[in-house]
Amino acid sequence: MKSKSPIYFLLFALVALFLGMFFGMTASFQYLMPEFLKQQIPFSKLRPFHVTSVISWIVLCATGSIYFFLVYVEKFKLFSPFLAKLHFIIFLLTGVAIYFSFSFDYTKGREYFAFMPILIVPILIGWILFGINYFKTLYKNVKGWPVYYWMWGTGIAFMCYHLLEAHFWLFDFFRLNFIKDFAVQWKSTGSFTGSWNMLVYGISIYLMSKIKKDSNVATNKTAFFFYFLGLSNLMFGWAHHTYLLPTQPWIRYVAYAISMTEWIVLASIIYNWKRSVLKVEKENHPMAYRFLLATDFWIFINIILALLFSIPAINFFTHGTHITVAHSMGTTIGINTTILFSALFFIVHQIYPDFETDRKWVKRGFVSFNISLFIFFISLIIAGAKRSYWMYVSKTGSFSEMQDSLVPYYISFFIFGIGIFVSLSIIAFPLFKAFFQKIKS
Amino acid sequence: MSASSRLYIFVIAILLALFCIYNVVVYNTDGYVAVEKLSPTAVKGQQLFQNNRCWSCHQLYGLGGYLGPDLTNIYSTEGKGPLYIKAFLNSGVKSMPQYNFSEEEKDALVQYFKQVDQTGIYPNYNAEIEATGWVKIKYRNETSRD
Ligand code: HEC
Repeated sequence: MKSKSPIYFLLFALVALFLGMFFGMTASFQYLMPEFLKQQIPFSKLRPFHVTSVISWIVLCATGSIYFFLVYVEKFKLFSPFLAKLHFIIFLLTGVAIYFSFSFDYTKGREYFAFMPILIVPILIGWILFGINYFKTLYKNVKGWPVYYWMWGTGIAFMCYHLLEAHFWLFDFFRLNFIKDFAVQWKSTGSFTGSWNMLVYGISIYLMSKIKKDSNVATNKTAFFFYFLGLSNLMFGWAHHTYLLPTQPWIRYVAYAISMTEWIVLASIIYNWKRSVLKVEKENHPMAYRFLLATDFWIFINIILALLFSIPAINFFTHGTHITVAHSMGTTIGINTTILFSALFFIVHQIYPDFETDRKWVKRGFVSFNISLFIFFISLIIAGAKRSYWMYVSKTGSFSEMQDSLVPYYISFFIFGIGIFVSLSIIAFPLFKAFFQKIKS
Repeated sequence: MSASSRLYIFVIAILLALFCIYNVVVYNTDGYVAVEKLSPTAVKGQQLFQNNRCWSCHQLYGLGGYLGPDLTNIYSTEGKGPLYIKAFLNSGVKSMPQYNFSEEEKDALVQYFKQVDQTGIYPNYNAEIEATGWVKIKYRNETSRD
């Protein structure tokens, strides 16, 4: 019998998504009613719950999908099903421990890793187990790796490194030098995101090659070119998050130069638009196909935004405003989540070939998800633009007056956040049921 | 091994080598403006900032949360400063929870903000925007040139 660990990861990921969206909704309510329950559950309590849960969704779903592809689609014999199970158990227990540490305010860590720093140890062990299993399995089975195997391998290796780097502040060598410490903190979180993007983008290429039944998309030279470009950005591009931090200028020059190489990505997207979308064979995978179409759209929007504010002169005005939030929401929801849902629909079709993926409600959920996300995204952009105007142009009025003037956009952000929550719940429910059934069988 | 695989491994090896060198240099590079290391009291303040997740609402250098104002230069802003900071901590204004800091803890936080303040300026109103898209930020040690 095949290992069920991949399915456990996917179920766990869907639970994390549900909780993460729920916490996000409750947290954003505080933008509307700042005083509401602020002593019992202040925003600062909810935010770590939200952030950790939604990141867990992305990371766990990517992990589960990769395990699944190796075991169920490629039909490789996993180097060690036991290690995969252990990986899952470690992550599950650590997840529970993290929730406990948040509930009881043991939050000595920093943004994105607010939990007790010691909990990074089991997380790292989990990634190392994944790495061992992954490389050992592929080493035995594959010659001439398609690009997605490289991307996943890179993602796992860099994930280990940047999780570690995110905790360098524990050493005085970093901590006592505020600017260096702060720069390294944002270097690590930027590259941490880059690492999971390696996993998720690898999945999207995998899906395209399988849905199109055309392995060329993953083996041609262009695919590798973009992989190397992405990797260079992961390694050297992080400082576009810290253009306004007084680091040595060369660090920022390098980031500016490297970030601008992404224009090539944009050009290629536009150039390849028709070719990439229309050839897909959609009969067998209607929902997986639709989600990848949505991914294309969101990549297009987000890459333009990201490219623009990687230019220091524009970043100067957008940094520290909700435009940055729009970017992070646009990419994690619009790009990562759509790719992962595409993967989930592909996977459920592999497990139950008769499973009807494009049910009426799922299709409706898909449409309302995209519309909600679009308005959610635009609300943040407008709020960010207004904040920027307050900071750099009008320079009048207090902080709280500025916040009050943003309330209409916060309301729309809140309402369409609920829209995303409800839509994704509707879409995810049949998937959850199917995976659950598989676990029981 | 095919020729293309060998090429890819070669490219990765080069990138990794560059990455190692780059990291060693970045980890050994201090900020542009020479400042004192965080004092033990400031480190305590920083830890309080983390333990209480002030970062989830507040920003330093524009990085952090959006519910509260940026605190990079709160120490030296006209009309603000140490007493102002202390007054805010246990008062619970707007969405900010009401904390119960001891005098010693308040001093530690103030010391932290003081040392952060010395490292630079944000928002950097006197930055120069250049035609290349580059922004030349104004550093702390250049203030006297005004
Ligand atoms: C839940 C969000 C939240 C948290 C957590 C929070 N604050 Fe605040 N803080 C605010 C808001 C909102 C304001 C602005 C109130 C106003 O002026 O309307 C503020 C104002 C301040 C000010 C005055 C800033 C100014 O420029 O006038 C200081 C200083 C401050 N907070 C320090 C802290 C410290 C230190 C912590 C952690 C111990 C903290 N805050 C945690 C929301 C928060």
